[in-house]
Amino acid sequence: MRTVAVVGASLAGLSAARSLRKQGYDGRLVVIGDELHRPYDRPPLSKEFLAGTLGEADLALEAHDEDLGAEWLLGTRATGLDRTDRAVRLADGREVRVDGLVIATGAAARRLPGADGLAGVHVLRTLDDARALRDELARGGRLVVIGGGFIGAEVASTAYALGLDVTVVEVAPTPLAGPLGATMGGIVSGLHADHGVRLLCGVGVKGLSGERYVDAVLLEDGRSIPADIVVVGVGARPCVEWLEGSGVELDNGVKCGADGRTGLAGVVAVGDCANWYDPRAGAHRRVEHWTGARERPDAAVATLLAGGAVAPGVPRPPYFWSDQYGVRIQFAGHAAGADSVTVEEGAVDDRNVLAVYRRAGDPVAVLGMNQPRLFTRWRKQLAAATS
Amino acid sequence: MKIPACRLADLPRGEAFRLDIDPPVSVFHTDDGELFAIDDTCTHQDASLADGWLEGCEVECPLHASKFDLRTGAVDAPPAKLPVRTHEVVVEDGMIHVRVSTDAPNLPPCVASRLAGGSA
Ligand SMILES: Cc1cc2nc3c(=O)[nH]c(=O)nc-3n(C[C@H](O)[C@H](O)[C@H](O)COP(=O)(O)OP(=O)(O)OC[C@H]3O[C@@H](n4cnc5c(N)ncnc54)[C@H](O)[C@@H]3O)c2cc1C
Ligand code: FES
Repeated sequence: MRTVAVVGASLAGLSAARSLRKQGYDGRLVVIGDELHRPYDRPPLSKEFLAGTLGEADLALEAHDEDLGAEWLLGTRATGLDRTDRAVRLADGREVRVDGLVIATGAAARRLPGADGLAGVHVLRTLDDARALRDELARGGRLVVIGGGFIGAEVASTAYALGLDVTVVEVAPTPLAGPLGATMGGIVSGLHADHGVRLLCGVGVKGLSGERYVDAVLLEDGRSIPADIVVVGVGARPCVEWLEGSGVELDNGVKCGADGRTGLAGVVAVGDCANWYDPRAGAHRRVEHWTGARERPDAAVATLLAGGAVAPGVPRPPYFWSDQYGVRIQFAGHAAGADSVTVEEGAVDDRNVLAVYRRAGDPVAVLGMNQPRLFTRWRKQLAAATS
Repeated sequence: MKIPACRLADLPRGEAFRLDIDPPVSVFHTDDGELFAIDDTCTHQDASLADGWLEGCEVECPLHASKFDLRTGAVDAPPAKLPVRTHEVVVEDGMIHVRVSTDAPNLPPCVASRLAGGSA
């Protein structure tokens, strides 16, 4: 292989570029990213960066003296992949001919239809989003967060600590029931009420009101919640439109094998945009967590360099963390399919819990709140049991 | 400064012992029976490496999975970017001692500022 391009210059893209060099690839390496920034870390954007305790320099993912010998094409969007010419087309008209391709274009925040153009309404995915939100939160006022998922909950927690008046609106009866199951989702989202943050569940948002500036969130049950700032945290969609018609199969992101391989030779996908086959779950799963974007490129790159000839290993069970109201939340495995959840340590009322999810008696997932030590033990056990 | 930690017999292989000095230091007993001591606090954020995932001569941070080499303190990948300090381990009469390094520790910003605030 003479030229490998990595499209997407964030965590998964950078990790892939690093893996390529570490695994001995010494050809031309082109990294294409549509943001102007060098790769930066997103998790602090809803936490320390938003709170003002970490600066932009602290977000850098690269080491000071790191040099991957790559050509960085930043501020340029990939718009297409030509499978016959094996070329990546860029928005500025350029083309990069490639022998190997790593797709790492991540995901973009979903927006609320009809909310564009109203000042005071934010999403949170990029550094630019976070800068804008941080400046606005600094002015204080009433914040309404639409969506009680992890990002929404973290923003609520950070804004609460900054002294804002916060309301969270969630359409589901229990926030986080998808990733954590209803029982544990209820316990984790109980953190809001513990801190006097209003949580309105089981009601959808009809729209926003305001002239130039948002002034309220209108709910489907007719209520109107006054707001000076609104954050829309309703999930993310994989950035894969640019691959339409390229021959790469798209199904909730790029459909991949258990090692990131796509149906096209020499093309792999990693990170939030990739829907990998999970042999543990026996299904495809698109995992939107930091650790997967950091670790899975190792396997995808090995596959790419071996021309698909290596057998895929079993990746560790998916893992993520979240920090809310000073509580460290950690989760590993798949909650879906569990038929029981038991608290093995700690007390629900103290929000200090180690809970194990089981299916037919076998552990399939584990949740920790402020229990890093026990959590690590269980996480290790889970990986060993299911590998 | 040579500080007693715990008895070798009390630290099974695969386990870590945290010494509550300031900043804390942890002794790791690897599955191969080797002993290493490093600063306990991850250089990324406030996490205790003694709570981490020990494998071979590496410990993985319990929060965000950067791995530190127990022999050199070197870190493999983000989010942590700086190595941890390593310390010498001495076993005498069945007792594990740590000779604490005189190098400056690489504490994460949140912990460093707390310590600085605490001593002011
Ligand atoms: C605010 C926030 C907080 C988070 N907190 C946590 C947490 O606490 N714990 C956790 O486990 N995970 C967390 N995550 C998730 C984690 O950050 C993601 O899983 C991770 O960033 C995924 O990395 P990625 O490289 O796959 O995608 P991304 O980080 O989304 O990067 C994709 C990059 O590709 C670029 N791109 C897209 N389309 C194109 C194109 N056509 N051409 C060129 N470039 C393109 C994008 O601009 C972007 O820079 C958080 C995410 C956010 C946004
Ligand atoms: S706290 Fe150790 S890697 Fe983040």
